Amino acid sequence: MTPLASYLLVAALLFSIGLAGALTRRNAILVLIGIELMLNAANLNLIAFWRYGPNPEALTGMMFAIFSIAVAAAEAAVGLGLVIAIYRSAHTTDLEQINRMKG
Amino acid sequence: MSIVFYLLAALTLVGGLASVTLKNTVHCALALTVAFAGLALLFLTLDAQFAGFAQILVYVGAVAILVVFAILLTRGHEIPIDGVFSRTWIVGLVIAAGVFAVLGWAVLASVHALPNELAVPVVTVHDIGNALVGHYVLPLEIVALLLTAATIGAVMVALHEKEGAKQ
Repeated sequence: MTPLASYLLVAALLFSIGLAGALTRRNAILVLIGIELMLNAANLNLIAFWRYGPNPEALTGMMFAIFSIAVAAAEAAVGLGLVIAIYRSAHTTDLEQINRMKG
Repeated sequence: MSIVFYLLAALTLVGGLASVTLKNTVHCALALTVAFAGLALLFLTLDAQFAGFAQILVYVGAVAILVVFAILLTRGHEIPIDGVFSRTWIVGLVIAAGVFAVLGWAVLASVHALPNELAVPVVTVHDIGNALVGHYVLPLEIVALLLTAATIGAVMVALHEKEGAKQ
């Protein structure tokens, strides 16, 4: 197996773990953790393609990964803020009990 | 592939798996930190030093702390009586397994050796800085705006609502 394929397989496995977590957990924070894992797996793909791609001096994949890290940080802040706001009105973070949108 | 890669891959995957399967959510946050650190080390093995250290600063430093804060503020560390997995967990597991099957098949069926397998790219932080304020200056400014908006938005969303604002 080529080095690129091994990195891509690790990233695919990590993405699937994150997806499984986001789809099976009841706690909203754990769902966010699953989403973070998926974003990180995508970053690993970008870096691996940058490293083994034909023109690494162009820095394209690296820049994409850095901007992706910044956007994921913003997403985490807003997501956790939303979870705290929902907890304040619904008094739970269990997604099976949060079944109405009215505050 | 070197032994280092296998060790780091195992560390990352075990951390990721633990962070979505453990019962206690504080332990989940800890395992998530391990997974993030493993990913940062994987970035370092890919000669992406800047991305690796950015990963440590942003994820291990900031996002993990945010997650712990959110867990403790929402009393998420109390283990619920009726299980931590949703009623339809089997469907989620099947979907994830299907996605992994497709991705794994695509990787194994399509990757051929790229021309740059052996050459190590020489990229210094100086080059990255020049690219950030040169060719990529517009995305950089947009990300700055996005981070400002996200900070303000998170504070606004999580603010205590005033008395009388209800009803």
